[in-house]
Amino acid sequence: MTAIAPQKRRGLFRRKLTDRIVAVLSVLALFIAVAGMIWILYTVLAHGASVLSWTFLSQPSKPYGVMNGGIANALLGTVAITLGATLIGIPPALLGGIYLAEFAKGTRTGDVVRFAANVMMGMPSVVVGLFVYAILVVPMHGFSGLAGSVALAILMFPVVLRTTEDMLLMVPDSLRESALALGCSRARTAVRIICRSARSGLVTGIMLAVARVSGETAPLLFTALWSDAWPTHYFSEPTANLPVLVTEYATNSPFEAQHAAGWGAALVVTVMVLLLNISTRIIFKEKHNGR
Amino acid sequence: MTNNLKSIINPARSDRLFRIAAGGSAILVVALLAALLIQLGVGSAPAWRKFGLGFLIGTGWDPVANVYGALPSIAGTLLTTALALIIAIPPAFVTALWLVDAPPGIGEVLSQALDLLAAIPSVIYGMWGLFILVPLMQNRIQPFLSDTLHLGKIPFFGEYGNGFGFLTASLILALMILPYMSAVMRNVFQMTPSMLRESAFGIGCTRWETAKDIVMRYGIRGLLGGIFIGLGRALGETMAVLFVIGNVTTVPKSLYDSGTTIAATLANNFGEADGIMRAVLFALGLVLLLLALGVQVLAQYYLMMTGAKRGEQ
Amino acid sequence: MDADEKIKISVRNLDFFYGKGHQALFGNTIDIPEHRITAVIGPSGCGKSTHLRVYNRIFELYRGQSAEGEVRIDGENILAPEVDVLELRRKVGMIFQKPTPFPMSVFDNVAYPMRLHFKLSKSEIAERVELALQGASLWDEVKDKLKKSGLALSGGQQQRLCIARAIAAQPDILLMDEPTSAVDPVATLKIEDLVLQLREHFTVVIVTHNMQQASRVSDYTAFFYKGKIVEFDKTEKIFTNPSQKKTEEYITGRFG
Repeated sequence: MTAIAPQKRRGLFRRKLTDRIVAVLSVLALFIAVAGMIWILYTVLAHGASVLSWTFLSQPSKPYGVMNGGIANALLGTVAITLGATLIGIPPALLGGIYLAEFAKGTRTGDVVRFAANVMMGMPSVVVGLFVYAILVVPMHGFSGLAGSVALAILMFPVVLRTTEDMLLMVPDSLRESALALGCSRARTAVRIICRSARSGLVTGIMLAVARVSGETAPLLFTALWSDAWPTHYFSEPTANLPVLVTEYATNSPFEAQHAAGWGAALVVTVMVLLLNISTRIIFKEKHNGR
Repeated sequence: MTNNLKSIINPARSDRLFRIAAGGSAILVVALLAALLIQLGVGSAPAWRKFGLGFLIGTGWDPVANVYGALPSIAGTLLTTALALIIAIPPAFVTALWLVDAPPGIGEVLSQALDLLAAIPSVIYGMWGLFILVPLMQNRIQPFLSDTLHLGKIPFFGEYGNGFGFLTASLILALMILPYMSAVMRNVFQMTPSMLRESAFGIGCTRWETAKDIVMRYGIRGLLGGIFIGLGRALGETMAVLFVIGNVTTVPKSLYDSGTTIAATLANNFGEADGIMRAVLFALGLVLLLLALGVQVLAQYYLMMTGAKRGEQ
Repeated sequence: MDADEKIKISVRNLDFFYGKGHQALFGNTIDIPEHRITAVIGPSGCGKSTHLRVYNRIFELYRGQSAEGEVRIDGENILAPEVDVLELRRKVGMIFQKPTPFPMSVFDNVAYPMRLHFKLSKSEIAERVELALQGASLWDEVKDKLKKSGLALSGGQQQRLCIARAIAAQPDILLMDEPTSAVDPVATLKIEDLVLQLREHFTVVIVTHNMQQASRVSDYTAFFYKGKIVEFDKTEKIFTNPSQKKTEEYITGRFG
């Protein structure tokens, strides 16, 4: 092949410049994103910290216009609703995950369920809230903390299903085979041996799901709504909770004091969620490094 | 002997029971999905009967007169989602690229930091958006874009804004979906066989040329899957948008206009809804569900084809 | 070395490190002649590929890997920091163990390096793609399939496509890292014939696990053992009358 004349060469300088520019833009984009995150967290911290106090955390919220409200009832409500969601949603998710990993590996059913779970994970939480509104709130003629828990449970269910399956699949087959060879039933093997072995991974999955739903607001708008009372009528009355409190105070209230209270509540929510999130990462890393 | 027989039979039965319970729980996922569709379909039937398919392009929204149209909400959802994607995809792509080849210490830290963005609840984004970004947009950014950069001359862009509106909502959405897309894309890039990359470098490609011409093509399905994941999130995002979009049920005429999205309309109107309005809201919910369903199915399809992880962990 | 042979690559005291403390090559010194085929043989893990990968500095993709010493191509030390790596890699082509066609059509695969480095018209590119494919003994087999994906070809064809692609950049040197290890025996022979033809225009350095291949194809052979070059001489001599004991032991299959 005849050599190509030098004047037909593409400029190396230009190619390298493009490469350099892209690298710079990449770092810039990363910087902006991380800076944005820090900005948001700092804002919440700065606005919310000034409001936090023991009274704030132990006094219930007061109706509009009344001063010195706290967030105690909302805090309790959130705990109750999240706990309820965990109790409703986690057991079937664990069972389903065990089924996928231990009984349905490679089957068509398994594939369909997995696909459906992945799709379900991407469903907007508003839609789930709407759904629970239709099946619980309307028939029961009222909002309730229970409905809120059901909505959150539905959100947690596919997530924990998949993480359970993933964690169980990581347990080597040799363990399964040894248990079965001893005469253990499939169910017993799955629950007592495999689950025990994957315990920390399963817990991590659950914690992550809890972290995700603790901050969810939209589904609660349609189900648990909001209240100034203590969450004593969880099953039949609107139940106070932190995310909706934040929303109410921020968007529906003209009072500065309530805006500030909203920030305080936002700080509490953020701390809760981030703590859960970061601890799952630490646990997961330790598990991996310890291997 | 009989004692031993007993201990053999019972486990078999409990085994079967367990299997049924576990299997039932798994099938529950599929049942839930179906239930969602059916419930919203049934609940919205009165609205479809009253307004027909014209509901989807109707622009009126007057609860008092019982006039409802979905177009403002649908248009708002589509606009904010599209804009958020346009803003977020290039940074997601280049950050994923950089992080994959980054020095181990810094790369790890920045990865974790970026993923932490995804953990922040949307109501927090909403608060920050309302109290910090909106004033900033009104006082600094919007004037800068419209006047200093003369972007206000472009037809749909907008000349004067109060800080609320589609642009602000899209910016926040972009920030929210960035970490998800970046994580999936990072996964896709890591799956490129090293020999393929070495071939490209061996020919004399720069890092960028390798990424643009070879890695991107090789992993295009996974990349598309990641984009669809981001799309899905943006579509359904409620709270952050609710705080900053201005909540006016009109069709967007400029980026600075206040407006609404399907999710925001739903959240705003639920308190007082009953009768036909309730059915209308269910109808809107059904539209959103179908959109989200379509996007998710596509996303999972693409991701399945590459075996890439969902990037949500 | 014959009198009419010029030296293309001249290596002096090359050391290579995989991170601190792990040295893989020790004081390699060798002269690769131009327009000849030099085979590099040795047991697994002896550093043959590592040595080859210094010639186009492809090891720089990986953090922690470094090379010290002198590697002169046409008199210029390519390890020096001022050297333009992009140009170096254009001049030194590389073929890998597994065929690595780019995810594009056959035509675009071969045209890619041309579009990357040169400004050519469409017809010039088409012409040169044909020439490159002919140079890789692939033209007749793919001339009707130019638009098809490169991945649709058979393994042996894919490898020849990669050779055509490497040639298209107009290199002086072709580095081949066990190019037939992932290819069936019939295709292997085709590629070996091709390598013999490539000698005319290029300097070829081929790493191979297969001693018969080395003796069939090469003019010179270098024997590596534990990161050092034990012997380097005309292929015929290495295989019939090696001067080092280790070489003889390897050739006769005592280890490897």
